[in-house]
Amino acid sequence: MHSFEFTRPENAIAAIAVAKQAKTAQQGADIRFVAGGTTLIDLMKLEVETPARLLDINRLPFDKIEQLPDGGLKIGATVRNSDLANHARVQRDYSVLSQAILAGASAQLRNMATTAGNLLQRTRCMYFRDTAMSCNKREPGTGCPAITGSNRSLAILGTSDKCIATNPSDMCVAMAALEAVVHVEGPTGVRTIAFGDFHLLPGSTPQRETVLEPGDLITHVTLPPPRSGSRQVYLKLRDRASYEFALASAAVVMNLSGGTISFVRVALGGVGTKPWRSPEAEAVLTGKPANAGNFRQAAEAALRNAKPQSENKFKIELAKRCLAHALQTAANG
Amino acid sequence: MSDKLESNPQNPTRRKFLSTTGSTAAATLIAAYVPLPANASEEAGVTEASGPTIEGAVPITLRINGKDRQLRVDPRTTLLDCIRESLLLTGTKKGCDHGQCGACTVHVNGRRVVSCLSLALMHDGEEITSIEGLGTPDAMHPMQAAFLACDGYQCGYCTSGQIMSAVALLKEPCGPDDASVKENMSGNICRCGAYPNIVAAIQQARKHA
Repeated sequence: MHSFEFTRPENAIAAIAVAKQAKTAQQGADIRFVAGGTTLIDLMKLEVETPARLLDINRLPFDKIEQLPDGGLKIGATVRNSDLANHARVQRDYSVLSQAILAGASAQLRNMATTAGNLLQRTRCMYFRDTAMSCNKREPGTGCPAITGSNRSLAILGTSDKCIATNPSDMCVAMAALEAVVHVEGPTGVRTIAFGDFHLLPGSTPQRETVLEPGDLITHVTLPPPRSGSRQVYLKLRDRASYEFALASAAVVMNLSGGTISFVRVALGGVGTKPWRSPEAEAVLTGKPANAGNFRQAAEAALRNAKPQSENKFKIELAKRCLAHALQTAANG
Repeated sequence: MSDKLESNPQNPTRRKFLSTTGSTAAATLIAAYVPLPANASEEAGVTEASGPTIEGAVPITLRINGKDRQLRVDPRTTLLDCIRESLLLTGTKKGCDHGQCGACTVHVNGRRVVSCLSLALMHDGEEITSIEGLGTPDAMHPMQAAFLACDGYQCGYCTSGQIMSAVALLKEPCGPDDASVKENMSGNICRCGAYPNIVAAIQQARKHA
């Protein structure tokens, strides 16, 4: 691990004042915030991340889950994933989020990992994690050996000819379906970012993973008021029954009126270069009867633009069945 | 835990044997940290670190197994390496060193974490419990006794992590069935495959908890 300077800023303003001196924002930056450390310390050991300064934000006042006046929920940046998943209101009103978090990592890691850290979780692509290999995300312009190499677990949606790395988060898939909002404090003040706008597609700049700018500090995430009577399902398919990243996953939030789908939000995990909301599937389902035929149609629509790599064509059918099954499970209540 | 055994020359332990035969390698390893006196873990209360000065080392106080310990650590030192190499509490094991095996599980403020993915500096002033703080051979924690009774190990390398994880599980939401125990223990790998006996030990300890 490279040497670094470790400090614990007194407050958010002090943290931002230091972090804004970084050349780039957050992932891969020379000045980084650290909270749980489960991604960052791991990548520092591998020398994939080599920050010169670490700013410990664990003791800043961002560790609360609070009810909002509109009935929504405010989730602090440093709330531990386990506390979020086991929170009574989350389990009752946003159960897809609880299910998704509990489907990820291990009990120990969930006790460490935080809301904001999970938003910034980096890919498990083996070429990215190995500094002996080329990687456009780690070292822009060096090439992507994954495209012609070992890519079984990599993405089929949102890829480019520069990067096919999968976003590994489960939490983010649920947050995409719940239409969460990311709240950021930065050098120019506070701002909000719709969840779908937060992560970036790799395009020609895979090193840039979010819209954050140098100095931007995620302070909290908000969830809109829960929809009464909504059915919520997170289904994760993987090589092992537990403690493994998704090959395909689906988050579904659905309201039925009689047998008709009056409201639905769909997001996919394990298949996209970012947490993958599917407006295509939602359009197929909205106003239609909740039946197996329509669920399959929605799955076809969600994967229509999928581009398989040499080893992961199976993911297209896997993701379709995953989504159709999640929709059916939600409809069954 | 095995202090009595180690102090008895008639009863050499694996650790003592290795530390003698591997002294060159051990010296190289320990030089990266500020070592404490060899008997530091025996001393009550605050222990001041001594030894060579390391450039950039930062003072911290770790409250480990109920005792405040003052140390100077290189900022890169993980909680795991600090516990093993600076505090000389070697019951906590290093397996993968990347948060994938659970061998290094300890409790921070009563919650289980993998100590390899955390910097010692991040835990200044926090309450750390390692396997040495759980029980002694004469007064075992009920989970330690259950692992013994159910033969919940083979080689033993993952065992302290398994037990620390299992003790934390007692206070966490976890269904009553074996499947729930397996799911909640999935962060602790046992390469010997002692899983059935580990699950049995945890269920036995839960019954009596």
